[in-house]
Amino acid sequence: MSTFASHDDTTVHILWINAGLSCDGDSVALTAATQPSIEEIALGALPGLPKVAVHWPLIDFESGPDKGADTFIEWFFRAERGELDGPFVLVIEGSIPNEAIKAEGYWCGFGNNPATGQPMTTSEWIDRLAPKALGILAVGTCATYGGIHAMAGNPTGAMGVADYLGRDWRSSAGLPIVNVPGCPVHPDNLSETILYLLYQAVGSAPMIPLDEAGRPTWLFGMTVHEGCDRGGFYEQGQFASEYGSPECLVKLGCWGPVVKCNVPKRGWINGVGGCPNVGGICIGCTMPGFPDKFMPFMDAPPGSKISGAASGAYGVAIRKLRDITAKTVDKEPRWRTPGRQLRTGYQPTAF
Amino acid sequence: MTATAPKQSTGRKTDLVEMAWDPITRIVGSLGIYTKIDFAAKRVVECHSTSSIFRGYSIFMKGKDPRDAHFITSRICGICGDNHATCSVYNQNMAYGVRPPHLGEWIINLGEAAEYMFDHNLYQDNLVGVDFCEKMIAETNPGVLELANRTEARGAAEHGYRTIGDIMRALNPFTGEFYRETLQVSRYTREMFCLMEGRHVHPSTLYPGGVGTVATIQLFTDYMTRLMWYVEFMKRVVPMHDDLFDFMYEALPGYEEVGRRRVLLGCWGSLNDPEHCDFDYRTMTDWGRRMFVTPGVVVDGELVTTDLVEINLGIRILLGSSFYRGWEDQPVFVRQDPLGNPVSQDHPWNQHTIPAPQKRDFDDKYSWTMSPRWFDGTDHLPLDTGGGPIARLWATALAGLVDIGYVRATGHSVDINLPRTVNRGERTFTWTPPTDGQGRPLSNAIERDRARTYFQAYAAAAALHFLEKALAEVRAGHSKTWESFVVPDESVSCGFTEAVRGVLSHHMVVRDGKIANYHPYPPTPWNGSVRDKFGTPGPYEDAVQNTPIFEENGPDDFKGIDIMRAVRSFDPCLPCGVHMYLGNGRQVHKETSPTQLNLP
Repeated sequence: MSTFASHDDTTVHILWINAGLSCDGDSVALTAATQPSIEEIALGALPGLPKVAVHWPLIDFESGPDKGADTFIEWFFRAERGELDGPFVLVIEGSIPNEAIKAEGYWCGFGNNPATGQPMTTSEWIDRLAPKALGILAVGTCATYGGIHAMAGNPTGAMGVADYLGRDWRSSAGLPIVNVPGCPVHPDNLSETILYLLYQAVGSAPMIPLDEAGRPTWLFGMTVHEGCDRGGFYEQGQFASEYGSPECLVKLGCWGPVVKCNVPKRGWINGVGGCPNVGGICIGCTMPGFPDKFMPFMDAPPGSKISGAASGAYGVAIRKLRDITAKTVDKEPRWRTPGRQLRTGYQPTAF
Repeated sequence: MTATAPKQSTGRKTDLVEMAWDPITRIVGSLGIYTKIDFAAKRVVECHSTSSIFRGYSIFMKGKDPRDAHFITSRICGICGDNHATCSVYNQNMAYGVRPPHLGEWIINLGEAAEYMFDHNLYQDNLVGVDFCEKMIAETNPGVLELANRTEARGAAEHGYRTIGDIMRALNPFTGEFYRETLQVSRYTREMFCLMEGRHVHPSTLYPGGVGTVATIQLFTDYMTRLMWYVEFMKRVVPMHDDLFDFMYEALPGYEEVGRRRVLLGCWGSLNDPEHCDFDYRTMTDWGRRMFVTPGVVVDGELVTTDLVEINLGIRILLGSSFYRGWEDQPVFVRQDPLGNPVSQDHPWNQHTIPAPQKRDFDDKYSWTMSPRWFDGTDHLPLDTGGGPIARLWATALAGLVDIGYVRATGHSVDINLPRTVNRGERTFTWTPPTDGQGRPLSNAIERDRARTYFQAYAAAAALHFLEKALAEVRAGHSKTWESFVVPDESVSCGFTEAVRGVLSHHMVVRDGKIANYHPYPPTPWNGSVRDKFGTPGPYEDAVQNTPIFEENGPDDFKGIDIMRAVRSFDPCLPCGVHMYLGNGRQVHKETSPTQLNLP
């Protein structure tokens, strides 16, 4: 008997706005997820899930004309009018430009505003839908904290959803904004968070545990460095001087020691790939300070110069001691030999 | 006469129905299509296209360290970002005068080949494929579905689907077995990509000077294993899609005209040969021709050039309908290229991006995208890429320069040779430039889609060659993948490659060791360009305005499937396109250019 209660009489809608200042990389990343996959979520292949109606531009079947048959955007107007047959989670991808800094026009829009015939700005959609949403899920570093499009010198005044709505914003169901950062978001980090929220939506899971920056704690509680398999090289003071080396990359620009992200430990897709664990410096793409506080990316982080020097000195001594031990354990015990005599220490007992 | 000739308005008013699709699903980014349809004549008479997002990369990259460029520009696009990172690395290699170790280049080629395999597969069978699935056909052309259920698939022995209807059922979203299989294929091809470039879609291990990937036997074994799964997969997919696309012509006579446009194709070449490519602008003509996809411009079925320098100098960025101020009064960065050739002020090296947000006005400015054109000495040609594959195959076939065994260009076709796999013997697929019933060169929705499938096989075949070369390096003890460099105070550089969707160029000017100017031009700005100052329409407009309607629904339950197929055949990617709109006012137009292929 399953301990998962059945919830397939409930429908939870997922309304996905990809029209922030985005590249759709988080949508694309989600199609790579396998734990769980999108088809497992869509087909209800996991126990205890509600029915899920996903309104997702990237792969949606519906593609009919405006106000005609199978109009995709109509779901968003229905949600605003309260006409959905269940609660909805609003997913936002891309940063939110500041539409107030210019006289007219739009930085980004999603469908049209029926009153004006002009594009409906993404911020206006947020204004309309946020009060009615069960929760808001900001996916990717752009939607969470502004990201690359909020870089110094940008013309649009881009920001994250929580910058726009306020950090204290709570949904009608009491949920704070759930942030899953990453550029792009790690596929399984996102599908797993969606899964959690679906379980929470039907009352099977408690309030999603988030840290002070709105991140799921079980995914973003540790640093890149704490999960990096090159950490051992760091401890031994072995730093790569050129890319392509298997040693620690911290002197070539890796910010892993101060970045909250699980990629080296989790791998990128099905355990394959990653960042510093496979030779790619961590540029801090999951962090609120990304990208400006990490540039130029290929320069060593200032802090690493002190800690790197320390581990360099300490590491040389440690490595020498380890070399001695390693040489010992790299040899078999002397009793493993052919010949007529048994040298293992076994004493035959007389009966 | 070329497509640059302005269309003449007849001023005729008919009973047109206005219909709009905004945003269009199953593409990347936000795109709206605004049409006027003559339901009595069953054709689209007018098309505007629009997207509504501006981010301003060229603006916020100014003053930054040039070494950051590939990390930043990758974020232009969430499905082909690695193409940008690669193009930027090529561009930086030229700027810094650095030539990566051969192994580093083979690793990039293997990564980019996997990107083609992943992206075309996901787009073709999970996004475009839905336009041909049973559920869609039943809702738009029920008569066609009945015929499909009765039509035996010619390649059934290869792909296992007895009828065309069975193929269509397999493409149904989520419930279709082939739909679910291709999602899985998109995952192991991304694993292949991540083996070489770290992560998808924004790479972690790409750098100017080479890659950070640790080159071991394991790395290449893991890639090879997955590649051979894909090779076997393509032996089923090529005949399956041939069957499906051939059937559309048979079931709907005249379907050749859907999405049809004059053949005006651009391909900037991709997949460098490290034995020839030194990233020096002065030798670019030669190493460009050594690429494993040959650069070229194809006009009316004829190859105009394969010279990357000529291609570079011909690029013009025009305004006319866009939300930007002109840059005539701004400083010129580059007056001559490194060979001494004059450079236009309309060239990306000299472009200034000055946004001017304003209301969308279909009679005036209506777009965040600009109007890239290719100047052939006489005309500013509105080249398209046809989604990428059709232009790549066409240019490569006619150039006849690629010969690596697995892929052989003959001067009139491309042979793709796939070796034996677990369940299937060797196969050769030959792509020949398509023609219509009268033998005229044909660039339309179905042939763009068909080329996409063939190019998947091409990428897999080319990857086999790169794998052999990379393994030879490792077995010879050459494991170095990166070469050091110094950033100069002043430089002028460019990078050319083929993104998944077609032509991609990056142009950079470095001053005082910082980025003074950086302009990336991906394929979608070309395909989705707007009317320029000469009034020349962009490629989508030609293609969509020519599209006849075969859908059986009337205006009330009309889906516009033929319009959607025409648009999706270009594989639109709006984050790359920045923004687009196509159109020419509110009047009904009649095409008068004699080489333009129109319905009467």
